[in-house]
Amino acid sequence: MSVVEVQRLRVALVADPSVNIVEDVDFTMEAGEILGLVGESGCGKTTVSTALLGYTRKGARQVGGEVRVDGRDIAQASPEELRRLRGKVVSYIPQDPAAALNPARRVLSQLRELLVHHEPDCSTEQAEERIATAMEEAGLATDEGFLRRFPHQLSGGQQQRVCIAMAFLLRPKVIVLDEPTTGLDVSTQAQVLRTVRRLSKQLDVAALYVTHDLSVVANLADRLMVMYAGRVAELGPTAEVVRQAAHPYTRRLVAAIPEVHSRRTLETIPGRAPAPGQRPEACTFAPRCEFAEPRCLTGEPALREVAPGRLARCVRGEELADRPLAARVATAMSAARDGAPILSVREAEASYGDHRVLAGVSFEVRRGECVALVGESGSGKTTLSRSIVGLHALSGGEVVFDGQPLEGLARRRPDDVRRRVQYIFQSPYNSLNRRRAVGDSIAAPAHVFFSLSRKERRVRVDEALERVSLTARHAHRFPDELSGGERQRVAIARALICQPDVLICDEITSALDVSVQASIVRVLGRLQEEEQLAMVFVTHNLALVRSIADSVVILDKGRIVEGGPTARVLDAPEHDYTRRLLADTPSLDRAESGTRAS
Amino acid sequence: MSTVTTTTPTATAAEAPAAAVSSNHRANVLGRRALRIRQTQIGLAITAVMVFIAFVGPYFAPHDPHALVGLAFGKPSSSMPLGTDYLGHDVLSVLLAGGRTVVWMSLVSVLLGLAAGTVIGVAAAYSRSWIDGALMRSTDVVLAFPNIVLVLLFVSLLGPKPWLIVLLVAAAWAPQVARVARGAALEIVGKEFVESSEVLGVPQWRIMVRDILPNITGPLMVEFGIRVTWSVGLIAGISFLGAGIQPPAADWGLMINQNRAGIVQQPWGVLAPVLCIALLTIGVNMTAEGLTRAVAGGGRKEDPR
Repeated sequence: MSVVEVQRLRVALVADPSVNIVEDVDFTMEAGEILGLVGESGCGKTTVSTALLGYTRKGARQVGGEVRVDGRDIAQASPEELRRLRGKVVSYIPQDPAAALNPARRVLSQLRELLVHHEPDCSTEQAEERIATAMEEAGLATDEGFLRRFPHQLSGGQQQRVCIAMAFLLRPKVIVLDEPTTGLDVSTQAQVLRTVRRLSKQLDVAALYVTHDLSVVANLADRLMVMYAGRVAELGPTAEVVRQAAHPYTRRLVAAIPEVHSRRTLETIPGRAPAPGQRPEACTFAPRCEFAEPRCLTGEPALREVAPGRLARCVRGEELADRPLAARVATAMSAARDGAPILSVREAEASYGDHRVLAGVSFEVRRGECVALVGESGSGKTTLSRSIVGLHALSGGEVVFDGQPLEGLARRRPDDVRRRVQYIFQSPYNSLNRRRAVGDSIAAPAHVFFSLSRKERRVRVDEALERVSLTARHAHRFPDELSGGERQRVAIARALICQPDVLICDEITSALDVSVQASIVRVLGRLQEEEQLAMVFVTHNLALVRSIADSVVILDKGRIVEGGPTARVLDAPEHDYTRRLLADTPSLDRAESGTRAS
Repeated sequence: MSTVTTTTPTATAAEAPAAAVSSNHRANVLGRRALRIRQTQIGLAITAVMVFIAFVGPYFAPHDPHALVGLAFGKPSSSMPLGTDYLGHDVLSVLLAGGRTVVWMSLVSVLLGLAAGTVIGVAAAYSRSWIDGALMRSTDVVLAFPNIVLVLLFVSLLGPKPWLIVLLVAAAWAPQVARVARGAALEIVGKEFVESSEVLGVPQWRIMVRDILPNITGPLMVEFGIRVTWSVGLIAGISFLGAGIQPPAADWGLMINQNRAGIVQQPWGVLAPVLCIALLTIGVNMTAEGLTRAVAGGGRKEDPR
């Protein structure tokens, strides 16, 4: 018997039960199996994963179907039974360990609490022994000193390992992981993924791994379940799904993922997923599908077997399941740009108090060139980008723009420099004023830099919106009415209206879905090509670097460890640190060739 | 208003974004969102009635509020529905005449105090320097005195003039509003859209007005509601203590003081102004709370209560 059996699961809004958040979800999980649950924002993946814990978000309710965990229907369980099940039979590893651990309590007491509540008979010695075992399994120290630490005394990776130790402590049958590596560096992510896989196999625990990034689970999961618009689109063995997906959505999703080993054109998915309550009676993906036929619009296809062990919700599933995805190798990088650098950073040094963040960093950017600044958290990449734009004053060295050295803070720089060097922030949720229509936000810089009539400003705003593939009617919307990708495009439009020469992009796609990331990368690539815009692209994602950057600078602890043309650095890294980063970057290619982190 | 309440949830949900698109005027949108909330509707209705009574009521008074029309503390009768007061004036007529001062004084004092406090608070939060400390410490000094003591002190020095009381009440609220405004603004000051404006070289006053201020309207709205309530209480209290409106002028707070001796024989002399003050504060408070919810909820969540 399977450990997890989900049948016809339907979760709907409490206010209007005809609006399904997820519907018709069926799957099973065996002991020791890792199932990757992949989908983009709003597809219902979190709803499905928390249903295994008998939990629904406020405002939602399970209105149909069964969720059997270890033979018991979770939906029928009383609150008291649920309390006993959670942690003991099904445990959960959250996305943000810093928020999930109680900052006021020591690691030991948080682990012990689980034993006290779930196994009151367990003696103190036994408890200590079991805690030590769990910590060891999660790859953590077991000494008294470590156990007595508070969460803030641990690194992000250690915090997540404590969460893993807590999740495995009571030897559950099922474990649900909700994007547990999103906030972590690639090397920490790789370690966490290895730990999860090892423990799941060793202890025979079924693991549901939820993520929006297919490449993360490609090396981890035994099977993949892809969700789209509240339904399961495809379910099958990982290698086959990645190589020759049977559902058109999965195929586009794979095509949107950048690959570290070869430069690819990132495919975008036109259109937008329908929201709950607006999903058609037909195939929900048909309006965006390149394989769509008339019959796709008449009835909703069922999830059915299209090849042995493979399920897909597509009328052409059999045909697609046989068709490998085309390699998407992009044309080689245009030849090295020449001419004088428009922006150079010389021997930059910076610190926060006594803590030195940058220790002599130098690099140059030419017109039409995109330089990637790559590093893990604490490498100083964000400080560097912020000091280029004047948000942080350097303590040594200088930033030279178009032949002239710049003042440390933006406020002291001339208008002309401020106009020509533009910065785009990581989170489009914070970088736009929620209380202003986006048209007004975009117009604000025009107000500062150009004396224009109201009508001319309007025209420029519409132009800027068009350049980022939005339309003039977006100008009247407020940020809350836009998706994450649309917001980030608005932020880019706000930079473009200044007619900049240099664009500094600080991890601008890290908060976005891969298909949205692909479209943003496209917009940037076009600007670089057509308008000879110079770009500094800050990121921790080497795969993305391959698709966007001409050259790359690798930062570690405030120093440049390696730099040069992208292809050279990524294909023949000279420094150990670069090699480690490369090895830890998730890759679909590796999954295809069947090698797995073990 | 009745059409608004009867629309179905789905219709209003579809309406919300459309309204935002069609109109660029945020205040307009906000107002419409607020009006969909039952609380605002009731609050606004009560406030409107009370303000109407205060400003238009005097013209409908059955008697001259200064005329002695009967014996002191006379029982209600057909010609004097609320009886007579401590000197024999018609209570209803005095009541209708006595609202105007307290209403305008509390509104003006709150607006002044709110404006001053917001300027101080936002400037303090945005300065991120010694100015912050200096501004906040000086507000602490004002906060150290109980409001009523402060007001009585100055009134005893300069005499019971209405404009003085308005200024003093405003001065009493400003530091408290400044604290709230600073707290709310501190969170916004750290947001990236503020940095983004700084990088662009947007003038500081513009950042404060366009970027910070619209994002702290929620807490300020709450402040407005609370302060109006407290102002009405404080100003009525000052009159009650004899330091505010002077007889023979009619005033609700003064009425309570004057008629409390006869509360057993003729309760209306006290009860009527108390009820008026209570209704006015409740009305303003509900309106402010409704507005706050419209700001906070963005009008997206349909919650008809």
